[in-house]
Amino acid sequence: MATRAPDRPAAPPRPPGKRRRFNGRHWRYQADVKGSPYAYVAPFFLLFCAFGLFPLLYTAWVSLHEWTLLQDEHEFLGLDNFIAVVQDSYFWNATFNTLSIGFLSTAPQLLLAIWLAHLLNRPLRAQTLFRVTLLLPNVTSVVAVVVIFSQIFGRDFGLLNWVLSLFGAGEIDWRAGTGTSHIAISTMIMWRWTGYNALILLAAMQAVPRELYEAATIDGASNLTQLRKITIPMIRPTMIFVVITSTIGAMQIFAEPLLFGAYSVTGGQDRQYQTLALFIYENFARLDFGYASAISWMMFLFIIVIAGINFLLTSRTKGDLR
Amino acid sequence: MSTLPRRRVTRLVVPLIAASLLAACGGEDPAPSGGASASQPAEKVTLTVALFSDFHYAPLYEEFKKTHPNVTITERRSQFNDHHNNLVTQLATGAGAADVVAIEGGFIATFQQVPDKFYNLADYGLTSRQSEYLDWKWQLGLAADGKTLLGLGTDVGGLAMCYRPDLFKKAGLPTNRDEVSALWPTWDAYVETGKKFVAGGVKDAAFTDGPGEHFRAMVEQAPVGFYDASNNLVVATNPDVKKAFDMGVSMIQNKLSGKLTAFTPEWTTGIAKGTFATMVCPAWKTGVIKDQKPGEGTWDIAAVPGGGGNQGGTHLMAPKQGKHPKEAAELINFLTSKESQLTLWKDASALPSLPALYEDPAVSTYVNPYFGDAPIGKIFTDAAKALKPQHTGPKSGDVLLAMGNGLSRVELQNQAPEEAWAQAVADAEKIK
Repeated sequence: MATRAPDRPAAPPRPPGKRRRFNGRHWRYQADVKGSPYAYVAPFFLLFCAFGLFPLLYTAWVSLHEWTLLQDEHEFLGLDNFIAVVQDSYFWNATFNTLSIGFLSTAPQLLLAIWLAHLLNRPLRAQTLFRVTLLLPNVTSVVAVVVIFSQIFGRDFGLLNWVLSLFGAGEIDWRAGTGTSHIAISTMIMWRWTGYNALILLAAMQAVPRELYEAATIDGASNLTQLRKITIPMIRPTMIFVVITSTIGAMQIFAEPLLFGAYSVTGGQDRQYQTLALFIYENFARLDFGYASAISWMMFLFIIVIAGINFLLTSRTKGDLR
Repeated sequence: MSTLPRRRVTRLVVPLIAASLLAACGGEDPAPSGGASASQPAEKVTLTVALFSDFHYAPLYEEFKKTHPNVTITERRSQFNDHHNNLVTQLATGAGAADVVAIEGGFIATFQQVPDKFYNLADYGLTSRQSEYLDWKWQLGLAADGKTLLGLGTDVGGLAMCYRPDLFKKAGLPTNRDEVSALWPTWDAYVETGKKFVAGGVKDAAFTDGPGEHFRAMVEQAPVGFYDASNNLVVATNPDVKKAFDMGVSMIQNKLSGKLTAFTPEWTTGIAKGTFATMVCPAWKTGVIKDQKPGEGTWDIAAVPGGGGNQGGTHLMAPKQGKHPKEAAELINFLTSKESQLTLWKDASALPSLPALYEDPAVSTYVNPYFGDAPIGKIFTDAAKALKPQHTGPKSGDVLLAMGNGLSRVELQNQAPEEAWAQAVADAEKIK
């Protein structure tokens, strides 16, 4: 909560003649106090301007043109690229896939993360070991994860199909279908991020006052009831944070579908798992930078909408707790 | 060497940030300044050669320096896709390109569209080499205008059909490679052979991996492919494209296909486990097969149906950013010469692009024990020799992907063939 620092007590009035006189030391002191904070944060903002803000604005400029990378002439099109994007059924297909994979990965992930955090939120031997283990999938490289999972989800020699066949289920071609491919990709995302989110939730759980649990135990509330009635309401702001970051992460899913499809930039023969990021990439790969930039900006707008919902939700929840 | 087993990986892109940042610097050509200064023989010249793998050029550089003592050569290598994408950015931003660059067949159409970014090697007398070359290989080195000489070819990736004698035997088909080649002079005959294979009742193995590569080979054998000579997309109207698509459909409908896409885990595992009996095989795929360790003699090599073919192979070009075009052109001329190409065949198994060398015993009598002593040199160079030149349009790779996706939809999702064709053509026509 940002509260204003109390105003300083008014300085005793100085003689008017002395006011504008300051020696070098005084000036340097003033510059230090006023300027240093800016100097400290400057590196971030300079880097952000060079690698964040400038590309963002430049992409907007590119998106208004017919812009092929190798051509020197860039014809100004106005909003034509954006009109084409909105009318492009493959764009909406990619949007649907992104949302679908995002939902399929985020919802079970959150439940699993809460459960894991709850399990770890009690006195345990070798606590640190468990917590570090949770984070391990997250430090594995995406490529390694996708390569392994592509094997697991293989049609002919996949581990999963083999296990399913033990139960008499038929062979599933995970890549071929929309639903199956989304499940496969969501699993990879869950594998990487569940532990990470569990740690964040665990941190929030540990901030919940112990007395509440003690009181509940005395009242005879079961473990599950305590989770439902105490833990979850108390960590709701953190949960919303996790949901939002996961959703924004889900908007950017790229490496998983690309590698899962053995470098198919269309995300399968029917674009059944082409995400927005992959759709952008497909157009960049064709050197059609104007169109790809327009899609990038549409994606940016989507993320702004999600961030807006985030803002509304979090400010409302804070209100509840107060 | 220059044709990496990475066909599926050919279209990657420059990261957004780097590209947009760099593109802002403008795409002006540096003034060509080489001509005058390069004519002074005493001047020290450093040439940079950019490659995407080890081409085994090192001994050749030493040879070149004997006649050009003032030239120092430095080589830089980057990964296959990075190499080509870097070159795109370097050309777009006007800085950083090497004096001599290698460009692989899958990318060459992109660079043919921007001849003003490269020196015209015709200005340095290299047009004289035309008579030595395979016609189609020479044509690939020309710009879209058909006159400007952008590059000279190094190696080619002749096409064959790899097959498994063990599965053929089980199906009651001949196993000797000459008899197998005789089974399929045409693609129709290939499909007929496939039907016999299926009737032979081999368990757990399909006749071939998937129809995509066959479709590609058949289109590339036609006089006109996806584009006509003036770069108009003719997918919808070219009967040869439809014929190839229909051949793919008939492969699917006759259950010849193992529903596999090249370079997926099932496909690579299938090579070793024998889940399919034939696959379209450019010269470099022999390396992919070996990597899966199916065992010596498990796979053999026969001729490709329809008469010849090629996939991959590289050209050397000189970007205009270089300051020493004369020396660069001389180096390109030297590296692609008959003697150099023969050395490279011996050192690096790079198939020469000069037909005169195909008679050389080092090429024509070479056999590979891993593939049942198949005369690889002869099979692949025969295929390269038989191929007729075809104009490659600017976005052939993307069009091919769209058409291949159409066949996969028929195969994996039971889409009606006419519907898949219509959608594939519409997709291809959307590609700008």
